[in-house]
Amino acid sequence: MSIDYVKPEQATGTTRYVGQAVDRVDGTAKTSGQARFAAEFPYPDLAHAALVHATIARGRITAIDTAAARVVHGVVDVLTHENAPAMKPAPKMSMLNLGSIASSSSVNYLATDEVHWNGQPVAVVVAETVETARYAASLVAPTYQELPAAVDFATEKHNAVPEKKGNPLLEGGADKGDATAALAAAPVSVDLEFSTPQYNHNAIEPHATTAVWDGDHLTLHDSTQNIGWVRKHLAQRFGVPEKSIRILSPFVGGGFGGKGRAWPGTLLAVLAARATGRAVRLALTREGVYHTVGGRTPSTQRVALGADAQGRLTAIVHTSVSRIARVGGLPEPVTTATHHLYAVPNIHLSHEVVELDLLTNTFMRAPGEAIGTFALESAIDELAWELGMDPIELRLRNEPERDPVSGKSFTQRMLREAYARGAERFGWRDRDPRPGVMRDGRWLVGMGVATAFRGSIHMPVHVTVRLGADGKLVVRCALHEIGMGTATAQAQIAADEMGVPLESVRVEYGDSELPRGVGAIGSAQTASAAASVLAACAKLRKAVLALAPPGSPLRGRRIEELEARDGGLHHRDGGQTYTEILTAAGRDHLEVEHKPTMLGFLARTVRDSRRWVKATTGAQFCEVRVDPDTGEVRVSRWLGVFDLGTVINARTAASQLRGGIVMGIGMALSEQTLIDHRTGRIMNPSLAEYHVPVHADIPHIDIDYLNEPDPTMPLGLHGIGEVSITGAAAAVANAVRHATGKRVRDLPITLDKLL
Amino acid sequence: MRPFAYVKPVDVETAVLAAAKPGAKFLGGGTNLVDLMREGIERPDTVVDVTGLPFDTVDELPGGGLRIGAMVRNSALAADPRVRARYPVLSQALLCGASGQLRNMATVGGNLLQRTRCPYFYDTAAACNKREPGSGCDALDGFNRGCAILGVSESCIATHPSDMCVALAALDAVVEVRGADGTRRIPLTDFHRLPGDTPEIETTLAPGDLVTAVELPPVAAGSRYRKVRDRASYAFALVSVAAALRVSDGIVTEVRLALGGVAPKPWRAREAERLLVGGPADEASFRRAAEAELAAATLRPDNAFKVALAASTVVATLRMLSTEGASR
Ligand SMILES: Cc1cc2nc3c(=O)[nH]c(=O)nc-3n(C[C@H](O)[C@H](O)[C@H](O)COP(=O)(O)OP(=O)(O)OC[C@H]3O[C@@H](n4cnc5c(N)ncnc54)[C@H](O)[C@@H]3O)c2cc1C
Ligand code: SF4
Repeated sequence: MSIDYVKPEQATGTTRYVGQAVDRVDGTAKTSGQARFAAEFPYPDLAHAALVHATIARGRITAIDTAAARVVHGVVDVLTHENAPAMKPAPKMSMLNLGSIASSSSVNYLATDEVHWNGQPVAVVVAETVETARYAASLVAPTYQELPAAVDFATEKHNAVPEKKGNPLLEGGADKGDATAALAAAPVSVDLEFSTPQYNHNAIEPHATTAVWDGDHLTLHDSTQNIGWVRKHLAQRFGVPEKSIRILSPFVGGGFGGKGRAWPGTLLAVLAARATGRAVRLALTREGVYHTVGGRTPSTQRVALGADAQGRLTAIVHTSVSRIARVGGLPEPVTTATHHLYAVPNIHLSHEVVELDLLTNTFMRAPGEAIGTFALESAIDELAWELGMDPIELRLRNEPERDPVSGKSFTQRMLREAYARGAERFGWRDRDPRPGVMRDGRWLVGMGVATAFRGSIHMPVHVTVRLGADGKLVVRCALHEIGMGTATAQAQIAADEMGVPLESVRVEYGDSELPRGVGAIGSAQTASAAASVLAACAKLRKAVLALAPPGSPLRGRRIEELEARDGGLHHRDGGQTYTEILTAAGRDHLEVEHKPTMLGFLARTVRDSRRWVKATTGAQFCEVRVDPDTGEVRVSRWLGVFDLGTVINARTAASQLRGGIVMGIGMALSEQTLIDHRTGRIMNPSLAEYHVPVHADIPHIDIDYLNEPDPTMPLGLHGIGEVSITGAAAAVANAVRHATGKRVRDLPITLDKLL
Repeated sequence: MRPFAYVKPVDVETAVLAAAKPGAKFLGGGTNLVDLMREGIERPDTVVDVTGLPFDTVDELPGGGLRIGAMVRNSALAADPRVRARYPVLSQALLCGASGQLRNMATVGGNLLQRTRCPYFYDTAAACNKREPGSGCDALDGFNRGCAILGVSESCIATHPSDMCVALAALDAVVEVRGADGTRRIPLTDFHRLPGDTPEIETTLAPGDLVTAVELPPVAAGSRYRKVRDRASYAFALVSVAAALRVSDGIVTEVRLALGGVAPKPWRAREAERLLVGGPADEASFRRAAEAELAAATLRPDNAFKVALAASTVVATLRMLSTEGASR
């Protein structure tokens, strides 16, 4: 295995910040209200927009009466398909056009009388105050001609068709050996159907946009986790060059995938600003988020497992049906984790997709794996029951040496260690293997485990690093801070690489004028940026050395002999600070960049992916208490032990991992989007009725990780934003199975399913 | 939000007068009314803020009861030491409701008059007889998991969502109301109406009637509130039980039982009480009584589980009270 990143000539001496629980660099700004979010930028001529949502699932607008809205004092304009300036149509989806993937649907809002989902924006009211805009929006009266619509996943799933090959974001089906025959011949087997509901996004900051046109130049404050894609998409829709759009998103209040594309709110704010000549702010209501921002597709899944009497797997069948919308969305790669988790000679994986007249589905934390691991890991647990075997033992017995489907090697795979450590720390040996016998007072107690898995990807990122004669460092890149501590992590890396105090590093991010970053999606941002920060810092050290003045102890040294520390470069025979070197050279600053080309990057990615499977994994341990009278389930203990490569910041990493587990507990026990089967309308579009876990639902979550660097990754690190939601729902379901003897295969596990 | 006038009277006569006009609504903490106004469901022309009226204390009644002013906030009432000691079921019920922030705002009067959380009532795009009389009821064939199973009609199956009221029903509370014609006293169990053909009429109040107080008679039995819901906090009851029980020599001498989450009003379980009194305080009779009370349930596919849930929650609550013996 070649060591691509941690090259000896780039080693910089003792690590000081990486791995530490460093406080967030923006912590004070956020807790003291100085951090500005997209809906908080003042403009002197600011107007406010509100959306009018369709109340039918499919049809045409035959008339739209805006008279009552227009006469409301303070209304600036009411835009409908009858009077709005046209946007260019959404580009066709293509991997070569990132602006097209940013497209949230093919609907050309306010340029068509067609309605494609219940909740689609059909008009925008612009007014002097947000209250006026919302009130006037309630007075806009569309009349519809309704058309038949397919909205109910439960009845429409039978019309699903096999997913077409060639979606590069989708790890598709797979066939190896003869899974059907092996399953039939297996002495022990399980064959189970699972279902998961639609889940919706509930980031603490509802999506918001402030749009300001100056001629053909657009300034946008947008709650996006994907500046690059959104900018490209807007340039295409509004027919202006990319460089005339500036997106500023220094702070975003959570994303989870829901802010990864250009949703109608963003487009319509920009359109409204264009049409009215005003700076326009469109802050979605919580209900508006439900009606215009997609969620995670529902699914039904079949998992069938065959094994011999010793618990060695002989067959895995994992198939899924999920949905997209007739107007867009990406199929959910439900079986991704099943490609990689178990050594088994016969594998059949496939996906089917049905198109519905609903808002498009979209990315949500670990698309595919989050729900796929629920089914797979529940089935593995059920097989353990069938075999009368400990579920950890069953997993270890089938732990693969090489990737089961492709035969490639894993760059790193420490699941055995994770389980061993977890079992010890969680007290797994105290678990009575019989179902329904462990008790705490009247509560039934159950313990469950499941494996977490998330493929690791990264992307090219352009970074500049500037070293001032004052010894201060500025790292610049259009990265996204959506709550995970982006700037803090990169500052830690840069501080270590250059041997300067953390306080001397400033990371500039969240601005499209900065060197191109990568979306905060696919857990890709931190590792991608780290690779370029490392490379840029290496260049910077060389550039500093080249400036070493005559008489400097550094003069004539090779870079490999030096250490970056104490604000300068040092040899064992002496060194100089950056300030001394730059001052002597008469330089106010030095700036270097690292700009990987897309082509070089792709070549490398392809080469890598032919050799290796890269992923983060983990072992989830859950303990539940179930009330035998009412079926209420409460999670009482949790431990996640993860194999993540190097951890940059112990505090923000633990927060990320906990956050994913909380979201997984919500998936397992309480969250679901209620879509009316007749109208396609979301009936619980609020935090009161869409039940995300509250504090009282979440016990202390114990986090542990192995902290072994992956030798193929920059600094040995992987992205960690998603892995911890995977396996979480299965761990809960498996614990419930242990507590009650009941296998619940339909999420969420509400109490009525346990009565 | 639709424009409206706002007044804040400081005496009760002015308040009642102001509210007698058509299109007027009282405003307590606003945690329900303002929500509904934002959604375009309540559309008052005048909002009469009653939080300036002098009904914000809890006072002793001769004979050992309590008189609770209608403007007392839910958190203050829950924390009142007399309530905690003498009516634990009420304090517990309040603390099970909403969130700390909401309880700080919510008043006793507003809690009595809060409206259903039926999802179709909350969405002006849906058909709902309660919101739009005669328009139909989308819940019948829609999401009705949270809906009622007792006291329902073909025109509406919504629940009354309050926790506090379930405890008040069990405690034989009396609501004091000031109307144009003076003061009336209405037993809590007669305060809310069943839907029949007019689900839009939810209480026996006349327009302009102001709730001024709730009176609690003394209760000797130990009491408790048990709420069952979809998450540990901040969710409405699927089923709740308010119970008070006295047992002597294994025989039930006094019992009060009310159910929440199962009916369009706080449901006093008289039939179950009748069966329990004088019988053994054991699991089998608790269950028999609960099942008798629920025998008349009208079920929908999504809410059928409430029969079993309500029965076992009643059993669990009475079991707890009978083993505790005393109040908690
Ligand atoms: C997210 C959320 C969760 C909640 N969860 C729960 C829960 O779990 N359990 C629960 O029981 N409740 C719950 N609630 C409801 C809450 O208890 C009520 O909103 C609150 O009690 C209403 O009191 P208020 O003073 O704010 O009433 P307001 O909103 O001010 O008024 C409500 C109604 O009462 C009328 N009114 C107010 N005062 C008087 C009076 N003195 N005389 C006559 N009429 C009057 C008003 O005109 C209005 O029609 C929840 C509410 C929210 C928003
Ligand atoms: S149950 Fe009642 S509140 Fe709900 S939709 Fe039907 S009529 Fe309206």
